[in-house]
Amino acid sequence: MGGSIETLVNREYQYGFVTDIEAETIPRGLDEKTVRLISAKKNEPQWLLDWRLKAYNRWTTMLEPHWSNVSYAPIDYQNVIYFSAPKPKKQLGSLDEVDPKLREMYGKLGISLDEQKRMNNVAVDVVMDSVSVGTSFKAELSKLGIIFCSMGEAVREHPELVRKYLGSVVPHSDNFFAALNSAVFSDGSFVYVPKGVRCPMELSTYFRINAEGTGQFERTLIIADEGAYVSYLEGCTAPKRDTNQLHAAVVELVALKDATIKYSTVQNWFAGDENGEGGIFNFVTKRGKCAGENSKISWTQVETGSAITWKYPSVILLGDNSVGEFYSVAVVNNHQQADTGTKMTHIGRNTRSTIVSKGISAGEGNNSYRGQVKVMPKAAFARNYTQCDSMLIGNRCGAHTFPYIEVQNQSATVEHEASTSKIGEDQIFYLTQRGISKENAVSMIVAGFCKDVFKELPMEFALEAQQLLGITLEGSVG
Amino acid sequence: MTAAYIEDFKSLSSNGASLEPKWLRDVRREGIERFAALGFPTPRNEDWHFTSVAPISEAVFNPLRSEAGRIARSTLDPFTFGQSDWPRLVFVNGRYHVGLSTLNMPGAKEGLRVRDLHTVLHEEPALAMNMLGKISPVGDRAFTALNAALMVDGAVVIIPAGFESAVPIHLVFLSDANAAKGVSHLRNLIFAGQHSKATVIESYVSLGDSHYFTNAVTEVSVEAGATLTHYKIQRESQRAFHVHTIDAKQERDSHYVSFSFATGAALSRTNIYTNLAGEGCGATLNGLYMADDEQHVDHQTNIVHAQPNCFSREIYKGILSGSAHGVFNGKVYVHPIAQKTDGKQTNNNLLLSEHARIDTKPQLEIYADDVRCTHGATVGRLDEMALFYMKSRGVSADKATRLLTYAFAADVLETIEVEAVRAELERATLERFTGASTAE
Repeated sequence: MGGSIETLVNREYQYGFVTDIEAETIPRGLDEKTVRLISAKKNEPQWLLDWRLKAYNRWTTMLEPHWSNVSYAPIDYQNVIYFSAPKPKKQLGSLDEVDPKLREMYGKLGISLDEQKRMNNVAVDVVMDSVSVGTSFKAELSKLGIIFCSMGEAVREHPELVRKYLGSVVPHSDNFFAALNSAVFSDGSFVYVPKGVRCPMELSTYFRINAEGTGQFERTLIIADEGAYVSYLEGCTAPKRDTNQLHAAVVELVALKDATIKYSTVQNWFAGDENGEGGIFNFVTKRGKCAGENSKISWTQVETGSAITWKYPSVILLGDNSVGEFYSVAVVNNHQQADTGTKMTHIGRNTRSTIVSKGISAGEGNNSYRGQVKVMPKAAFARNYTQCDSMLIGNRCGAHTFPYIEVQNQSATVEHEASTSKIGEDQIFYLTQRGISKENAVSMIVAGFCKDVFKELPMEFALEAQQLLGITLEGSVG
Repeated sequence: MTAAYIEDFKSLSSNGASLEPKWLRDVRREGIERFAALGFPTPRNEDWHFTSVAPISEAVFNPLRSEAGRIARSTLDPFTFGQSDWPRLVFVNGRYHVGLSTLNMPGAKEGLRVRDLHTVLHEEPALAMNMLGKISPVGDRAFTALNAALMVDGAVVIIPAGFESAVPIHLVFLSDANAAKGVSHLRNLIFAGQHSKATVIESYVSLGDSHYFTNAVTEVSVEAGATLTHYKIQRESQRAFHVHTIDAKQERDSHYVSFSFATGAALSRTNIYTNLAGEGCGATLNGLYMADDEQHVDHQTNIVHAQPNCFSREIYKGILSGSAHGVFNGKVYVHPIAQKTDGKQTNNNLLLSEHARIDTKPQLEIYADDVRCTHGATVGRLDEMALFYMKSRGVSADKATRLLTYAFAADVLETIEVEAVRAELERATLERFTGASTAE
């Protein structure tokens, strides 16, 4: 089995091209002036600048955390470009006016904007380097009162909403990377779904790091008002470079009474080459707040890229009867490292959470699940079910599980189970003796292993996720 | 009160310890230096995140020097499992008590040695030299460092190669009213020779409700092919503090079976670490903790699979009522070469009252691929269906609750192989939850 897997896992990263687009960048380094410059470039109001400066000042007092189970060379925060934007030729009126080179690039990524518009019921916002370059389907969404635009635009046109919710889930002082993001975030997506509206299509953002030496610090804010429903997808790619690039995003979700937010991620940043050179450091803070009764937030993530993934999409279950879900597939190969999981904080009564995490380690990759389930004293009848399974392929990789279960209410029921094992030889044997090639057998087993998570993804993404898994791990078999 | 312990060390060094061999003085010096550097652990230390030792670090405990007065043999009866013929070593307030101990050990002819550490260090220090401090390194452990610096007594058990002990060896650490405001740093050494088979029981018990601090370290060496069953029973006074680290090192094809039973102490912390350093080893770590009122009970286990073809099994159960706080932290670590490791770990907790609290953290760290490791943890109430079933059969709600709680605990007690110990612990558990000493 070893041989075939080896060849399969060594597939090249196919999104590793660089698009030659003129970009406007600011000099490397970070100080108060940089923060002011970014804010000025985006014509931001004073309150936002003040908020950024508050975050910056806080950040300077914070130390980079090192408790995770990953190792990397120290990051020089003064050697990062904090703002890079594709140079606009003119103000964009619609997606059709997007630079053809850009559109060609997104075509290569398999997300041709034209096509998306035509066949799929998916509205796409595209963020390159740090700036949103276009949002499709805007008009149709606005008929329903749904706001789906770049964060920059939201700050200009819906300041009252941004001001109310920005930082309400992930405060500017939350952690080192969140504070950095709050100081220098350049763009991202903003979604607001008004009361009682069910968003008729999947909303989607593609993130792309293009320029060299830049850090990407996007900020996403999604608000589902009472009774609203929205499903949001994000995908990420980056060119191949032999230096590490920092990606420190913040995602905040707010679900009010009876609202549901479904957030899906397919993360395929460049993972570094087989020697562990280059790749993205994906240090992201994602958190949702079930603020109202009966609200629900569901995170689904497929993490196949990045040299280091370090993130814990979390849910604060504040409203009574609220529901939090976390479904994750994390794959590491070569020298990739992942320390990912979730935090479910049960505060309201009858709150429920489900965690399903599947980790696959190959090559010299190290994959850790780190999760916290916390039941506060008032969370009567809280319920949690956690399952994390790890699969090991090869004898140089590692799989680790660090669950923290903290229960302060006797009526709570919390279950955690985890298993780690090698890909089943008896399963491979069974499939091969039925005439299925070893390669296909492995991919079938891996696909089956991840099925519980893939079934949570919207259909368009489920297919893509399977393919990505194939590229990262075993070939193109879906 | 780190300074008070440094004073204790100074007075010990000038008084008695100065005559000790150099290697031992080195062990002590390293201990006090590390302790002075580390200080007591704080909740910022990941290993102590859920347990604050402030009640220990802020209080002053004097070293216990003289042994207690006359204690009638019958006072030991509640703690001896009704077995008067088991070889027994009794320590009262941290010091060996000749009068209560068995002097004629069965098996002495075959080379079984069961002595107190104080005598061993004075009469035949070479016996302890190869073990003491070798299996329990000081490293970053403040309490072990403190123990290394200040240990005075403890048990030394040497089971010769090929010896099979028919009866368990019982080590009793008793505290009475004279222990009040005192601290005992006990150091026990257990050596299980090749292909030997024995059971060693450590009982930490109390005759009153004194406020004292037990800081014990047990070093265990399980040689090739040996099977050592090691029970620890902690029934300290409800006002006592108890910190105990057990370190076991296992050679090939050995089996280490551990059971930790904890119901006593205001604050207790038991660390059980085993290193499967040879091929084909097995480790079985089970335990039951029951806490009530304001008690804090913490267990930390670490099973290190360093060699291939080993297995480990672990079941810990906890029952928490009142405002008790339980902590369980279990780690299974598999080295890259430890292929074919088979590990299974379970922690189940029952919360019986509104203010009871549990923090559990089972961990797997795996660097080998051809392994099968699972762990599970649950926190919950009694099964509503089971309660309903019993009520529908005419059992009162209260009694049904008690019986089911007992059943939850009895499950893990059944893994105790020594009948007398199992029966006594079952009785104690049953009494706790049903008020009756026998099942109806």
